[in-house]
Amino acid sequence: MHTRREFLTAAGAGGACAAARPAEAAISRPPREMPPAAVGMLIDSTLCIGCQACVAACRDANGVEVEDTPFALAGWNAARTWDTALDLDGRTLNVIKVWRDGTAEVKDRASDGFAFAKRHCLHCVDPSCVSVCPVSAMRKDPETGIVSYDPDACIGCRYCTYGCPFGVPQFDLAVPAGKINKCEMCRHLQAEGRIPACCDVCPTGASLFGPVAALQEEADRRLAAAAGATTTFPRGDIREDRPRHEGVVPAYLQHTFGETEVGGTQVRYLSAVPFANLGLPTLPDFAPSRLSEGIQHTLYRWLAAPVLAVIGVAFLVRRNRIRQARDTGREL
Amino acid sequence: MAASAERLRAPLITPLTLVLGLLAAVAAYFVVQRFALGLGAVTNINAGYPWGIWVVIDVVIGSAIGCGGFAMALLIYVFNRGEHSPLMRPALLGGLFGYTLAGAAVLIDLGRWWQFYNLVLPWHMNPNSVMLEIGLCVMLYVVVLWLEFSPAILERLGWTGWQRRIDGIMWLLIALGIVLPFMHQSSLGSALIVLGTKIDPVYQTPFLPLLFVTSALAMGWGVVIAEATTVSHSFRRPSEHRLIVRIARVVGWLLLVWVAGRFVGLMVRGALGGVFAGSAAAATFWVETALALFATAVCLSPAWRRSEPLMLLAGLAIILFGALYRFAAYLVAYHPVGSYSYAPSVPELTVTIGIIALEILLYLSFVKLFPVLHATRRAPAQA
Amino acid sequence: MADYAVQLAEALGPDPDAPIRRFGTVTRRQLFRFCAGVAATMGLSQAAGVRMAQAAESPARPPVIWLSGQECTGCTESLLRAYHPSLETLILDLISLDYHYVLCSGAGRQATDHKHKVMDEYRGQYVLVTEGGTPMKDGGIYCKSGGKTHVELVREAAAGAAAVIAIGSCASWGGVQSAGPNPTGAVGTHEVIPGTTVINIPGCPPNPYNFLSTVLHLLTFGRPPALDAENRPRFAYGRLIHENCERRPHFDAGRFALEFGDEGHRQGFCLYKIGCKGPETYANCPAIGFGDVGEGSWPVANGAPCFGCTEKGIGFDKPVHALATLRTQTPPSVYPATDAPKGEGLSPGAAALAAGAAGIAIGAGAMLVRDVGRRDKGGEA
Repeated sequence: MHTRREFLTAAGAGGACAAARPAEAAISRPPREMPPAAVGMLIDSTLCIGCQACVAACRDANGVEVEDTPFALAGWNAARTWDTALDLDGRTLNVIKVWRDGTAEVKDRASDGFAFAKRHCLHCVDPSCVSVCPVSAMRKDPETGIVSYDPDACIGCRYCTYGCPFGVPQFDLAVPAGKINKCEMCRHLQAEGRIPACCDVCPTGASLFGPVAALQEEADRRLAAAAGATTTFPRGDIREDRPRHEGVVPAYLQHTFGETEVGGTQVRYLSAVPFANLGLPTLPDFAPSRLSEGIQHTLYRWLAAPVLAVIGVAFLVRRNRIRQARDTGREL
Repeated sequence: MAASAERLRAPLITPLTLVLGLLAAVAAYFVVQRFALGLGAVTNINAGYPWGIWVVIDVVIGSAIGCGGFAMALLIYVFNRGEHSPLMRPALLGGLFGYTLAGAAVLIDLGRWWQFYNLVLPWHMNPNSVMLEIGLCVMLYVVVLWLEFSPAILERLGWTGWQRRIDGIMWLLIALGIVLPFMHQSSLGSALIVLGTKIDPVYQTPFLPLLFVTSALAMGWGVVIAEATTVSHSFRRPSEHRLIVRIARVVGWLLLVWVAGRFVGLMVRGALGGVFAGSAAAATFWVETALALFATAVCLSPAWRRSEPLMLLAGLAIILFGALYRFAAYLVAYHPVGSYSYAPSVPELTVTIGIIALEILLYLSFVKLFPVLHATRRAPAQA
Repeated sequence: MADYAVQLAEALGPDPDAPIRRFGTVTRRQLFRFCAGVAATMGLSQAAGVRMAQAAESPARPPVIWLSGQECTGCTESLLRAYHPSLETLILDLISLDYHYVLCSGAGRQATDHKHKVMDEYRGQYVLVTEGGTPMKDGGIYCKSGGKTHVELVREAAAGAAAVIAIGSCASWGGVQSAGPNPTGAVGTHEVIPGTTVINIPGCPPNPYNFLSTVLHLLTFGRPPALDAENRPRFAYGRLIHENCERRPHFDAGRFALEFGDEGHRQGFCLYKIGCKGPETYANCPAIGFGDVGEGSWPVANGAPCFGCTEKGIGFDKPVHALATLRTQTPPSVYPATDAPKGEGLSPGAAALAAGAAGIAIGAGAMLVRDVGRRDKGGEA
């Protein structure tokens, strides 16, 4: 449930965006287009059974250790049997969280219900992290659109964490020489012709890998299907002929999260409960990096303004210093 | 200018400097710990709040407090108020340590500090990044500040040849010293634009760069007002109040325009409702506005600005206003994704306090070691 | 405990290792041990086991009428194969199985006559057990015995029964012959005799232990055990197979068999992806095994996905390869919540330090302003 204040705040923010849009649009750089061969994921919260197979597979595939959250009982998890990550952090690049309301009786119901949320990088079409990184450690692949990270370039300023609208890139704060940790869509596996580990193991196809265009088509198909009707769901890679499984079409919210948010993302979500419940922020369609880059490049185009400013100010300074010296000299 | 400055003849080591040194030493212990064990062992920053007080207080606020030199240079050399030049070197010295220690704080806070030089490698540079602009600009400005201040050191060392050479390019250094802070102080505001809805609508505006650079300018003058009054009072030197009052008039109008512009901006963006929302961001907004208006009132009222203590209070209010504005924009108005909270840890606070203590300690030591302060008429002028 | 020991010693009598005459070679100690096991299966106390043993030993054994409809005799076979000590002796001596067309020594009219004699003599006291579905279509002509339709036989026997137990999935809700298109209109026993409580012991076949335990409960306490919404005894059908499955750690760790005979299947990984219905089937198979054929032996343990035989609408209805719908009361409590508060609060030490630093700064500022004010006044004076 949203409080009245949250609603008003959201309405205010929306109003603010709407009012300022023409002026902002004028200075903003044009939006970035998704690469034609972009790959992504379709995450259907209603299909997720919360088995966390994707979390385990992700750790395996990316060699990140199981989170060992401190607990009152010393050594309770010495064998690291239990994965206790609470959120994305320096060692967790994929996490299954649960949203509960009231008695949490029925899955995917907004009141007294619950839903599972898979959280990791959404691989924005117009990523803020790539825009803000001073040393180009974050890059967006021109073909696949995967947002990747290069620890050899990174200086650890964590501006990507601060700037990401989804709170995804995380710096490992627990070690002296940490690095940023974020989902790179298992690009090392994709290079071998395999698919991201989470989609590979997902038993229900709740995490589905494939070209974004095909995934959006699949999302549209599910949204168009009548709730309660029987349909089949693909698993693993949407292009592959893996056995589909039969299921009932849930009462989807008629929106694919990530289709338009912050200029679009390559990982998209379907859900039967509000996306905000899944921990996905309510965002405008406008990628904020368009405005910041627009302003920055207007001010610093060819470094003309700063250079001219230095020349102008230098002229004034020189003239005034000579005058002042003369004046002081006279005074003395 | 060189002839009009003298060093303060006072003992280098006093109870105050000992305390400041002790605070800095305690901070150094935690800095060592940070490098040995990692950021998480010392700070409370987390997945939701990647930037804590080391970034916000030590760097963002610290550098703005260091804007005294920049603000005075603008006044003296661009607006041709040569009469203010006695305040130049002290202001420059404040900026020197504000910026140098801000740079040091950045190195402490950088997660992969050993690769910081990537910032200057052209093949790594990302021209879209506001952070790149800030990083390069601050690095350059620290060099410029040291060169700008170097005559004071060279004068003391008696290296007149070098002094003349520096003086020959001083016009360029001063020009850079004015333009560079304009660039990175505005960029410190631009840095928040990309956060979009993560920053409360009360603070988020495309005019953040303008609001940041103008408030930095105001803070610079505020620092000069407070500093000049404090130093002349503490070291029993003649009052500079005559000069301060003139600065006050400028800063008063600047703050008035700033506050009015901010209100208009909020109205245009339809976000004015947010300041009545009862949120933390709204609270800081009103405190900032109150501080700025108080300072404006003192600065623009002919009767009030004649009073030295009121003027000092106004100077402190301006610094507090600018510091709070920065703190609020970066931490209070910032809404992390997820229900994260952040409060600094004891070691984190200790390091920040230690850095401030070190700044004061270095300032006090430098005014005693080098000719910084305006020469009193009784003192014999040094050629 | 002391009370229980005394009670047990008294109940066992002076010579616990002598065979009970009625039970052939079974000694009282063996009977007690068996009943204690039954009590444990049902989650009852040890004292209940003693009471069960005493009830079983009592000469007034309840007569049992066992009717067979559309069935494969699997339930009976399962019962016979129970390997616990002298179970066949016990089932025959524990209760007085007066009519069971497979196990009767007599046949034809002789057997039917005996059935009617018992039904009349023990009216309101006997237990009716039905095995197999009941065809309702065309007047129930698709299953007849002794010239009567099964519908008639069930209704006739149920009228005088103290309790009705439907054994097996067919008797519980129609089972395999009720699957589409259900040519004979097969239904479960409870639909034949609406208004009568029928205890369902579903399973294909059900575990004999669950049946025996229910009977012993009826015997001992004179009422059925606690039942769920499908009228299944809760002690046996209260938990999902998924909850106690020995392959559950593989599910939690994301290790699945993807097809029969693959590496994961050979490694003993979770069978969910190949259609295991454990996550939506309530039964105690993982706890006590299947069909009482030996501990740790049940379909999932042997590499065959559970097909949901104890669950109405799953076994015989849902395709074997179809994914199970995960049934959980509530999401696991250990999962991180989307809105869980995270991050360190302000520690008292940090608060004190910050307040102290701010206090010193404000104090110094105030003193400075005051001093400057004094000098200001002094200067003016």
